[in-house]
Amino acid sequence: MSPDPGFSIKIDQNRYLPEGGKEVHAIVTVESAGRATAGPSTATVSVVIIIDTSGSMAGSNKMSAAKKAASAAVDALRDGVGFAVVAGTGNAELIYPHAGLATVNARTRADAHTAIGRLRANGGTAIGAWLKLADQLLSGAEAGIRHAILLTDGQNGESAKTFGKALADCEGRFVCDCRGVGTDWKVEELRRVASTLLGTVDIVAKPNDLTADFQAMIEAAMGKEVADVVLRVWTPQSSTLRFLKQVLPTVEDLTGRRADGGPLAGDYPLGAWGAESRDYHLCVEVPPGAVGREMRAGWAKLVIGGEVVATGNILAEWTDDEALSTRINPHVAHYTGQAELASAIQEGLQARKDGDVEVATARLGRAVKLATESGNEAISALLGKVVDVEDPATGTVRLKKNVDKADEMSLDTRSTKTVRTRKDQG
Amino acid sequence: MEDDPGTCPSCGLAVLPEDGFCEACGHALTDAGIAVVVAAGACIGCGAVTIDADGYCEQCGIRQPSGRDHVERELAGVSGVSDKGLRHSKNEDAMAFAVLCLPAERQAIAAVVCDGVSTSPHPEDASQAAADAGLRVLQKELESGADPEPASREALTQAAAAVAALAGSAHDAPACTYVSALVLDGALTLAWVGDSRAYWLPGQGTGIRLTQDDSWAGQMVTLGVLTEAEAQAHRNAHMLVGWLGADADAVDPHVATFTPDAPGLVVVCSDGLWNYLPEPSSITAALPPTDDPLHLARSLVQTALDAGGHDNITVVVIPFTPEDTPA
Repeated sequence: MSPDPGFSIKIDQNRYLPEGGKEVHAIVTVESAGRATAGPSTATVSVVIIIDTSGSMAGSNKMSAAKKAASAAVDALRDGVGFAVVAGTGNAELIYPHAGLATVNARTRADAHTAIGRLRANGGTAIGAWLKLADQLLSGAEAGIRHAILLTDGQNGESAKTFGKALADCEGRFVCDCRGVGTDWKVEELRRVASTLLGTVDIVAKPNDLTADFQAMIEAAMGKEVADVVLRVWTPQSSTLRFLKQVLPTVEDLTGRRADGGPLAGDYPLGAWGAESRDYHLCVEVPPGAVGREMRAGWAKLVIGGEVVATGNILAEWTDDEALSTRINPHVAHYTGQAELASAIQEGLQARKDGDVEVATARLGRAVKLATESGNEAISALLGKVVDVEDPATGTVRLKKNVDKADEMSLDTRSTKTVRTRKDQG
Repeated sequence: MEDDPGTCPSCGLAVLPEDGFCEACGHALTDAGIAVVVAAGACIGCGAVTIDADGYCEQCGIRQPSGRDHVERELAGVSGVSDKGLRHSKNEDAMAFAVLCLPAERQAIAAVVCDGVSTSPHPEDASQAAADAGLRVLQKELESGADPEPASREALTQAAAAVAALAGSAHDAPACTYVSALVLDGALTLAWVGDSRAYWLPGQGTGIRLTQDDSWAGQMVTLGVLTEAEAQAHRNAHMLVGWLGADADAVDPHVATFTPDAPGLVVVCSDGLWNYLPEPSSITAALPPTDDPLHLARSLVQTALDAGGHDNITVVVIPFTPEDTPA
């Protein structure tokens, strides 16, 4: 285990509630400063690269671009890291090494390049089977950082039951970043994999962009220093944890991911961490207290390897001073908006697919308004390719007649990407 | 079960379901007649005995009363009472005072009252740090021969530095008000920033307020825009324009000296008192017929509690006798 890389927890909230108030909101910022000493991480890292080699990959230059990207990913791995390359079709095939994981060095890199060069597109798509093989390969490396990157260009051919079971079996076992190349894959499917396995998801519409994207993914994985970080949330008896969502860098609802964390506490998995900062929105419903009472409505603790490395208090204090209880915390307001933005986009795009122009226009209009207000320029730009914006301030939009499939999928895939609170919002 | 008379767990006497406390030993019982053990350190919210080091119950999360909720202190020549009031969860006021024995057998009485700014983080730490630092520096300055005004100014400045040092950043800056009163050689020296006040209440005649608030209301009155009553009635009235804290502009201490010519009382207080008794005459009217400073301070605090106790209340009382008047 690498040394604790300087974790901290910061709580941002308005702790004052009006008389009878029950709902406590807080933004919990978890930050890791990274290791104090420079140089590469000393954590044990294992990476499995999964390349879709189904028949559909043969078209549009996809197979050769995927092979180039996989080779670049192998080159970007640090010496000493454990790795394997899996070819995915209707089943999963370990194409390098012959068994288990190889250790990165000049020779194994060259051998992996050769194996990747021999890949041919042929067969079906069975994402669940691919993940299960990745899990088997990574299971020998429980103590360190276990990471997979998955590339696919098509929809999963497995039954919902088989896929669901495989995904559930892999939950908590390793982190998986997912990339969809082209426009024939299903956003919902890859989002589910990335979400369950605490990784990222993105679209790479043009095959030629794959190499840069794979390099970036491997670099991010190499920057991870601590695996299996857990947020333990204590809440008082007779209270309910309404929700816990990651809200930066993406919206991810963790409410249902609760595992037992001891008396009155639940453990939520945060995945692997490098030097980074993420924000979480916590909402607790507490029994109302008398004016003048103060209570700890939540106690956030960061747990690594069973040890608490940082804590933060979420407080509630009842007051009859309206000036205090009606103050809106700018961070809570901002992230509430960002979470709504993500769902407005997803609902709007679904309505558009279903031919419900009215709902699609309303939801995407709402998204334009929220993105503008919060300064989420990346999302604003993506929305601008799907709707014609008449007035961003009111969210008055018209659906575009002809929308590029890649633009629509980009908006859907990136709908959960959030931005920090702007300076002028507090 | 409800009709079963229980027994007191402490002394074994039979108790009735409607009993709140055991008639024999006073042990607390629940209203169902089933006795609960209220152990030392039991939670005021749920009765659990698991109070953690931060003062929160590990079961229901309720914050437990702290040692500062009600404080009384009595010295020969100065006494003070500080109370959290009825509407706040903790006492964010702080007071510090001492009788100082100076060279050449001179004696001084110094008192500092600070009121933590509720909207800042850890206001109770700010007020305590400021009061402690203020009194310490005042004593040191006077002992080394400084005059009352420069000593008071220096004490306030260093108190401000002590509060600023508590801040993690400008966005995480504990803050408080500050007022000091120093009685030495027949004169009274005040130094303040914020809206905690000092009053002079002569034994006979009309009292006066000795400090001007660093508040929106105070500013409006000083500028002559509003009358005192109009300004205090405004919703911005209590908005501070001067305070101690890392997020404050350069601290600009107000310092003034007042030389009473008759015996009377110096009252130093936080806004928890003067919200209810703003005029010197209203404070005088609330004083009980006694010369005991602790009794006087206690009584003023009680008046504020009876009036609603909306804020933390701190009152320090210093009886004053002019030097040329025989006591």
